[in-house]
Amino acid sequence: MQELQIQLAWNRLLAIVEEQAQVLMRTAFSTVVREAGDLSAGVFNPAGEMLAQAVTGTPGHVNSMAAAVAKFLKKYPLANLQPGDVLLTNDPWDGTGHLNDFTVVTPVFSAGRCVALFASTSHIADVGGRGFGPDANDVFEEGLRIPIAYLFRAGTRNDVLMEILLANVRDPLVAQGDLYSLTACNDAGAAALLDMMQDLSLPDLDDLGAAITARSDEAMREQISQLPDGQYRYAMTVDGYDEPVEIKALMQIHDRHIELDFAGSSAASPRGINVPLAYTQAYASFGVRCLVGNEIPNNAGSLAAVHVSAPLDCLLNARSPRAVSARHSIGQMLPDVVFGCLAQVLPDAVPAEGASCIWNPVFMHALGAAEDQQFVINPIFNGGTGARPQKDGLSTTAFPSGVRTTSTEVNEVTSPLLFWAKEYTPDSGGEGQFRGGLGQTVRVTHRNDQPFVISKMFDRIVHPARGRAGGLDGGVGLVCVEHADGSLYPLEGKGRDQVQAQTTLVLKTPGGGGFGPADKRDSQAEQADRQAGLVNKTDRR
Amino acid sequence: MATRLSVDIGGTFTDVVIQQDSEVTSVKVLTTHADPVSGVLQGVDDVLSRTGVAPSDVQLVLHGTTLATNALIERRGAKTALLTTAGHRDVLAMAFENRFEQYDVNIDRPAPLVPRHWRVGITERVAADGKTLLPLDESELISAVHTLVEQGVESIAVGFLHSYRQPAHELRVAQLVKQKFPQLWISLSCEVCPEIREYERLSTTAANAYVKPLMAGYLERLQAALVERGFSCKVLLMTSGGGLTTLNAATRFPIRLVESGPAGGAMLAASVAQAHDENSVVSFDMGGTTAKLCLIENGEPQHSRAFEVDRSYRFKKGSGLPVRIPVVEMVEIGAGGGSIASLDALQRIHVGPQSAGSEPGPSCYGRGGTLPTVTDADLLLGRLLPENFAGGRVSLSVEAATEALQHHIAQPLSLNVLSAALGVSEIVDENMAAATRAHAAEWGKRVQGTCLIAFGGAAPLHAARLAQKLKISRVLIPPGAGVGSAIGFLLAPVRYELVRSDYARLAELDQAVVMQLFQQMRAEAAEVLDDAGATGTREERREGYMRYVGQGYEIAVDVSDLHSLSVDEIRRRFEKTYERLYGRTIPDLAIEVLSWTLSLSSEPMTQTLQATDAQAMQQSVGDQVQWWSGDSAFAAKVLLRSELQVGQSYAGPLVIAESQTTTIVPVGATVAVRADDALCIELAEQEG
Repeated sequence: MQELQIQLAWNRLLAIVEEQAQVLMRTAFSTVVREAGDLSAGVFNPAGEMLAQAVTGTPGHVNSMAAAVAKFLKKYPLANLQPGDVLLTNDPWDGTGHLNDFTVVTPVFSAGRCVALFASTSHIADVGGRGFGPDANDVFEEGLRIPIAYLFRAGTRNDVLMEILLANVRDPLVAQGDLYSLTACNDAGAAALLDMMQDLSLPDLDDLGAAITARSDEAMREQISQLPDGQYRYAMTVDGYDEPVEIKALMQIHDRHIELDFAGSSAASPRGINVPLAYTQAYASFGVRCLVGNEIPNNAGSLAAVHVSAPLDCLLNARSPRAVSARHSIGQMLPDVVFGCLAQVLPDAVPAEGASCIWNPVFMHALGAAEDQQFVINPIFNGGTGARPQKDGLSTTAFPSGVRTTSTEVNEVTSPLLFWAKEYTPDSGGEGQFRGGLGQTVRVTHRNDQPFVISKMFDRIVHPARGRAGGLDGGVGLVCVEHADGSLYPLEGKGRDQVQAQTTLVLKTPGGGGFGPADKRDSQAEQADRQAGLVNKTDRR
Repeated sequence: MATRLSVDIGGTFTDVVIQQDSEVTSVKVLTTHADPVSGVLQGVDDVLSRTGVAPSDVQLVLHGTTLATNALIERRGAKTALLTTAGHRDVLAMAFENRFEQYDVNIDRPAPLVPRHWRVGITERVAADGKTLLPLDESELISAVHTLVEQGVESIAVGFLHSYRQPAHELRVAQLVKQKFPQLWISLSCEVCPEIREYERLSTTAANAYVKPLMAGYLERLQAALVERGFSCKVLLMTSGGGLTTLNAATRFPIRLVESGPAGGAMLAASVAQAHDENSVVSFDMGGTTAKLCLIENGEPQHSRAFEVDRSYRFKKGSGLPVRIPVVEMVEIGAGGGSIASLDALQRIHVGPQSAGSEPGPSCYGRGGTLPTVTDADLLLGRLLPENFAGGRVSLSVEAATEALQHHIAQPLSLNVLSAALGVSEIVDENMAAATRAHAAEWGKRVQGTCLIAFGGAAPLHAARLAQKLKISRVLIPPGAGVGSAIGFLLAPVRYELVRSDYARLAELDQAVVMQLFQQMRAEAAEVLDDAGATGTREERREGYMRYVGQGYEIAVDVSDLHSLSVDEIRRRFEKTYERLYGRTIPDLAIEVLSWTLSLSSEPMTQTLQATDAQAMQQSVGDQVQWWSGDSAFAAKVLLRSELQVGQSYAGPLVIAESQTTTIVPVGATVAVRADDALCIELAEQEG
């Protein structure tokens, strides 16, 4: 292919997967997909190598889905696939790390042979079992698990599979709707790809794919080669479920690539905070890509230059049947650990640690509530991000997750809860030359003076986000119940609790760490923070 | 005899056109940013003297302006405070708590228009069902406002939780503030944007409050100046929704004036579509910095209620301030004549969103720009006539363009300079095509087989190639393309739109309540239309914003013709709309309604207008130019648009020159001149 033709075709391929992701977003039923963007979409060559992935979506799916298609092809080799086939799985170890994520793969045929495969992943709100939360002891308790299987075979729906699925989830209509939307977005991608191949007179994607992966691989290695070779270690302790867990990383930069190994990290947990390797790889490589080669598109080439490993059956490479439902609460900490390694080679580019794990409680009615008092909502509250080397951290902002919050008014319309406060927590940002982002304080009661239940997957209640380069730690999080007399009863960060009637649930999300020594803070910035009431305390440390 | 004047203030130029029956005469003057009124008057004087029209003969003045938008982008608005429910003062800053760019750790959300120390929580609380849980603490309120006034606050936005449902507390605040602090400007969220979702409602209200004093002052000065000149007619303002509104309504809700220019362009395209019986149209407006594309069906531009002002990060969705107002829905991307071409770490060509603008402008302007732009590429490919650019007022340097492309694109890629130029041009066309496809997909439409209507300085150059990429075989280029927005204002109806949020499960809908809502909205809209002097037939559009229970986004369901508003009818209409957008429906899932909207319009002008550029210079162009496609050159004939004959057809390759733009007719295509002087390019069946 000629240079210009390659460039145009690559450009077009990236537009096609973006369109695929848009179709998924617009048609999905689960709120987290439609509103929060918890999804992924991409196109693969017949060898199962990813050629392009939509930027729309959340990093947890980044190279977990990239690795998935090869697993599909291993079970259902190309030679056996035919037009109209659609494959499906929600296996945490074949897909993207927990049962709620369904990955759908669709082969595309041109002139009688498979020229590409489209894959897409989205989060389905309920998959049966205990419901979304960290409390299970194994994956069997967490819900229905579907091995890689046909959803459609030559255009005919696999009715048995569908019936089993619909019989095992609490909201079958939404689950069915979401599977159709995954199928539809792959179809949209396939149609656009065939159009493109016709427009550009391409019989297949072989030359284009080879050029894309070779160039991306080379560009990524070129970026890595500008970092000094060496071994860099970092460790971080976070709250875990019943006991703190440690994440240890060794980053080796040599020979134009990066190896990241999590040996020495805590053992697998008896609770659902374990992380399958694909999800570990996703967030670890996302951490690298935020700082190295962030303009290089995601594909098999650019992902190959960063290799991520963890010892079998540690917390970060949990094997089946470990419980994994809340794997995000640990997985989202990984970019901070990767940043800790990279800060040693890129001191002027790496932010401090942040709240990182999103606070996404499930609120629901207490057992025994009358039918017209029943509800389930799953709002998202974020803490602060770490201060950047040249500016303050972002207050109440999701990082590394790519999700959005839902509105308080909508939460109050769809539940009997009242959110009396949802406001910045002053002094929660770690002090420094640049201040960490602030966390928020949320106060919740039941409008009709009834008890309600909260399922928690919170972290950094004991272990704060640490500052960098002399910056101080961010404020820790807090979850507690406040009684009418003002007394506070702290709750654990993970698991379920009932909040009694006539009490107030108080959540404080963690703040981000500061960057640089606090005494170097610009006096105008300091004054602005005080005028805004973001910083109130008088005891400057 | 109808004599009307239309004025469009843009970022660089102020366009003034006068319409005498079907004749339109236009002038362009530079926008005077210090006081835009003086630029307007200069243009008005110019066009009046050229046409010999007296101010008193003008029956209506139509006006659109980017002043509100610019004030927001440049943060030049009033000192604004926000009064909100205690415990929620950070709604504006927290926004959606997300990042609009995944891989960039250095992004910042746009700073709120109201700083935190002027965002004040007031004790009061209303529940989702409208019940008052805590009464408004009036003495706390008064003392808070007193403090704000002492600190120099000029304009106040009020946004309490659930005020779309129960506005009593906001209305009481307005009453108290008017009594005690009559000098303050005030904007209530229950009036500016009575819609559920506190961030969007408060963002819209704050933006309204922020531009209100400035816009009110400007509109007052403009009207006074026009009266002084001897104008005695009404002045109507163009809104972002593609309709005209009164000075009074514009002064209350100035936020509705943002993006009036692009909306005017869409109205022009809609009118052209109707005149040429094109049911399904993509309008394509390409200027120096951005391209705007809009879908038009049956003469109606796609409309919505979601818009973002000041997308400060590469025009990226989510990087701006959301405002919920009636808008002509369009996709805007950083692709214009001044868009800069560059190579990334993978040696891929990128075009835009950075633009060389008009200063220093593309390299070929010879004003100090050294980076390659789309205009530089167009020049090298033989699509621009160096001696004819901007009516001969700017002469273009082929050497400078060559140097820029050679140095920044061709050499690093080991391409010859013409291939590099072709690459830049193809990438920018591809970007616009991709944005159009994605936009159409988002709205459940297809662009293949529709008609492209192109206007704006750079659009006729790129229209044919864009059409090919979109599998569109017909391109229309109306006359007066350079002042499209101002002409669009002349064609727009008077329109007023209102929204009311009233959450209900569809199955439990109280039809009497909804009917009453619609009646109230119609009465309010009718007042505006009466005030605008819009007699004649009126068109009423009523829509419900609905979704399946649990979904994140509502869709607009047209219920205009449903007289009984029965639950079954509405459900069927919802399902039909849903299926059109997403290809299927979900049986048995409950539906919920969040809001209702009503829009009342006068009849739009259906007349076709003949446009003349009053400042056009005598043009002289060569007979033919060299066109380049990769390595091979061939000749394209050059024709002056003014010399083309109505009803005649001409075969491509052609370059058609006029003072404000250049039209490219590719090989294998033909161009015909329609009765209204529009150029109609028919593209051959393409192979790719």
